[in-house]
Parts: sequence; C-alpha cells; structure tokens
Amino acid sequence: MSQQVIASTAVKARRLSAEEIVEIEHEMTLYPDKKAVGLEALKIVQKHQGWVSDESLLGIAKYLDIPAADLEGVATFFNLVYRQQVGKNVILFCDSVSCWIMGCEGIKSHIKDKLAIDYGETTEDGDFTLIPVPCLGDCDKAPVMMVGPDMHRNLTPEKIDSIIMDCKTIQD
Amino acid sequence: MVTNPLTKNIDMSRPPLDIAAYEANDGYQSVHAIAKGLSPEDVLELVKGSGLKGRGGAGFPTGLKWSFVPRGDNSPKQKYLVVNADEMEPGTFKDRLLMEGDPHLMLEGMIIAAYTIQASKAYIFLRGEYTVSELVLRNAIKEAYEKGYLGKDILGTGFDFDIIMHTSAGRYICGEETALLNALEGKRANPRAKPPFPQVSGLWGKPTIVNNVETLCNLPGILTYGIDWYQGLGKGNDHGTKLFGVSGKVKTPGCWELPLGLPIRELLEGYAGGMQDGLELRGFLPGGGSTDFMLPEHLDITLDYDEIAKVGSRLATGTMIVLDDKTCPVGMVGNLMKFFAHESCGFCTPCRDGLPWVDQIFRDFENGEGSEKDLQILHDHVTYLGPGRTFCALAPGATAPLGSGLKYFKEDFEKHITEKRCSYRH
Repeated sequence: MSQQVIASTAVKARRLSAEEIVEIEHEMTLYPDKKAVGLEALKIVQKHQGWVSDESLLGIAKYLDIPAADLEGVATFFNLVYRQQVGKNVILFCDSVSCWIMGCEGIKSHIKDKLAIDYGETTEDGDFTLIPVPCLGDCDKAPVMMVGPDMHRNLTPEKIDSIIMDCKTIQD
Repeated sequence: MVTNPLTKNIDMSRPPLDIAAYEANDGYQSVHAIAKGLSPEDVLELVKGSGLKGRGGAGFPTGLKWSFVPRGDNSPKQKYLVVNADEMEPGTFKDRLLMEGDPHLMLEGMIIAAYTIQASKAYIFLRGEYTVSELVLRNAIKEAYEKGYLGKDILGTGFDFDIIMHTSAGRYICGEETALLNALEGKRANPRAKPPFPQVSGLWGKPTIVNNVETLCNLPGILTYGIDWYQGLGKGNDHGTKLFGVSGKVKTPGCWELPLGLPIRELLEGYAGGMQDGLELRGFLPGGGSTDFMLPEHLDITLDYDEIAKVGSRLATGTMIVLDDKTCPVGMVGNLMKFFAHESCGFCTPCRDGLPWVDQIFRDFENGEGSEKDLQILHDHVTYLGPGRTFCALAPGATAPLGSGLKYFKEDFEKHITEKRCSYRH
C-alpha cells in the first residue's frame, strides 16, 4: 500500500546493481531477518551511489520486500545516511564540547569562508559538503574533523587550507 | 606483575600486535584456561569476584549483569553478546584507543563473555566514523578465526562462537543499550521500555548482554592473572585499572591507563601537565558530557565510582573535560545543550521539546538576550528533564552539566543578563 502511494508521486524504484545485490545478499547471511538488512543495504547503496535517492530507497524496499515507509523512517533517522546528494568529499566537522573549548568555531568560520558553504551545504563545484557530527572521540587532539574516511587532528586554519588543497589535487 | 593490562600492548606509533605477538604476551591464555576446564559458572564467579564494574558509563557490576541471563536447558537456545563500540559521549576517547591499539584484547574479552552466557553469536556495534577501528578489528577477527579462537568448537570446548561486525550509521542515542538493539534490528533507534531487560529479552527477543569495549578488555586479565592480582591493581575502593582521559586547555591532553582510586589532582596536574600557561582551572566534567561539573576544591577526591558520587557527579567514562577561566562556562554548557537537543531521538515529549527550548535559551544568552525568566526556565528544566521524567537517560544526562553549571557558575549566567553580552568574547 505504502509503495503505491509513493509510486503515485512518479518516483520509480531503481534496479539495484549486481555489485549492490551481492553485498546485500552477504549481509542477509549475517542477520536473521530482512528488516535488519535494510539499514545495511542503505549503507551499501550509499557506498556505490554516494547517497540514497528516492529511487534507490524504493529499489531497496522492493528488493528486500520491506515497507518503503519503514525504510524511509530508518534512513532519515541516522545522520550518516545521506538522503540528499552530497559532494565528493564529505566533511564531518566535530563541534562537540572539547573541540569547542579548543576553538573549533574559528576553524569552522575558516572553512565557511574558504568554501563558501555552511552546515548542510555543498560547494557549487560539488567537491565538498559540510556536516556537523557528534564528538569524534579524539578529544586530546581537538579540534578534529573527518574528510571522507580520514581523521584530521589538531586543526589550524593552515591545516584546513592544505587538507582542501590535497582533496582537490587528488581529484585532478 | 602486569600493572597496565588494558594498554600493555598498545603503542600507537606502530600497528597493533598481530595474533602471534599478542599470544606471546599472555594473549588468549584465558581461552586456553577455559579449554582446560573452566565452566561458564566458574568464569561467572571469577568475574563477580573481581568486582569489575561496567566501563561504559553506568558502572553496573558486570558479573551481576551477566547473571540475569537465563541459563539451563529450558532457556532460549540463541543468546547474543553485543559490544557497545558506539563511543560518542562528548569528550570521550578511550574505546577508540583500545580497539585501534590492541584489537585482540577486546576479541578475547568477547570470547570470555560469550562463553559465560553461552552466546554463539556476537555483534560489534561500531561507530561508523571509526573507520580505522573497523579495519583493525576486521583483520584481527580474521586472524582469530584462522587460529581457531573463533568459529566452531573453539579449542575443543564444544563452544561455537561467531563475531559479526556492524558499522553504525550515527546517532548518539545508539549508545543507550535498548536503542542500540533497535538500530541493530534495522529500526529507528528509539529506546525500549524496561523491563523486560535485554538480559532476558534483547536482540530479536533473545537474551542479550550489551557490554562496553573497555569492560570486555578487562576480562582477559581477570582470567589470566586472577582475582587477587586484579583487586591489587586498584588504589581505592574500586578494583582494576581504567582508562582516564583529559581534554581541554591542559598542557598535555591525553588518555592513560591508571589504577582506580588515584586523586584527581594526580591525573590533571601530573599526567595532563596542569593548565596551559596563563590559565586557571575553573571546573571539569569528570566523565564525559553527561556528568556534573566538579570544582578545583574537588581535586583531592579519588577517581572512584563512589567517591565521585559523593560530591554529586559520576566517574562515568573517566574522560575528563576541563574548563579554564578564559572559556565561558555558559557557552560550554550551551554547547552541550545543543548537542543533547540535536541527539534527542524525539520519542518522548520532555526530551524532544524540552532540550531544544533549553538550547534556544542558551543561544539567547550568547546573544545577550537572556533574562531572569529564562534563567528560571533553565532551572525548571533541570527538574522536568531529570531522572524518572523521561523515557531514557539522555535528557537526565543533559541535566547533569545543566544543573551543576547553573549552581556553580551562577554569576556568569547573571553577568550575561546584566551586561547583555558574553564577556568572554573579545
């Protein structure tokens, strides 16, 4: 029923890729029911597509035969599931208490000036998305942030400049 | 004798020990001891006797927690062990060190815990952002399977045990054990009503023990070196060692394994080197963002669960966040309130609506728009969001720095109102 309602908004389920299916099938061997695999499948699809589009979400729901509304409830609950397109490099910026004491606000302003984006925004060239994240658990090296899978510690404005430069160089 | 069982193999300047090197330093001895004839009941008695308390924050006795799991032929066949590796408490950075520094220690602890409660399956609920921990643990798990410490009929004991890695997709609330179980089942991570407790009805309705990383890392030492050794490690009322961290404007922030029972002064002024030049200590949260502030006058209190409780705070995660005299206490509490408001799961009304209200008031204070009435609303929320008023411990956790902050830094709140600005800003 719920799928029909969403289908009426003209969004069609995307057929999952062979690679995505292989990985989802593997997860199905690790959990006793399909609902549990839903969150794993969202992460798998995001790994391959960069984010989870409506079409992808419907595709997962269809493949696992779980209600799309339930899966959407899960997808929007967890902050590392991206339901909007993100840039090539996602900056997870820690603004929790230790980083705040150590001056993360100044670092954030620097990023904001440098990339012309605020939280939740993506640069026009699609290179960077800036997202706040709860305490990254490296508080003795505050301020810290992640870019993609990598941690960056003891941040200074100069370090931010070189991190951004490195990301751009690697892409080119 | 070993005095630093949690970190004896850790040297972050090199990769963690591989399984052979780990074994060579008494590693997996406890599993061999089990294979030589320790029954699950024997292990349970050892862990109970050790006095180990959970290191995740609540400090509940580990052996007692395990003893609630139904045993015997009539108990459910499938039981689960779940590792709470979802470290996200503000200012807490100890489980990352243990997992990235010595992954086999946690795996060995997991085998001990699972054997005791007879769980054939475990999930490691790991923070998604801990990408290095994931790689290091996956490699260690592979090694442990190859050596026969995991899998079928471990060392001829007849005990089967599999470990599954689950990387989470965020949200602080997943650290609450029943919310964690919902997340693992692929649901929104809202906490569950208790009872039933997870020990009886947890993951997919089966008996489940959720233990913190550091708790599990205490177990190999207890089995390998014995209860007397373990109890000899502590300097005060509590037993064993613990990881203690200090962050904020101290000279040498860091994380150290120390015996429980040392004076706080030794941690702060000794290991962390004291305050940075030109700064004075104003106060500190002793065990992460959900603990009550303590003051410089409390420095001679010992790092014991009960001693810290006597002055109205909690040892909790043991990772201390230091407030200096040039940092605004109102701003610091406001930062924590923003965190808690953001991380509320939204399930129960006081937390969902109360925390954003508190957060907004702190923003007003920051902008010089705070009033006496606002201050009263903040005080009211310490009660309205306190223990027993909400569905889980998230909002009561937030009231710890809020209530103690209002009490200890009263003049700073007042000054924001009278001066209509934050005087700590330039």
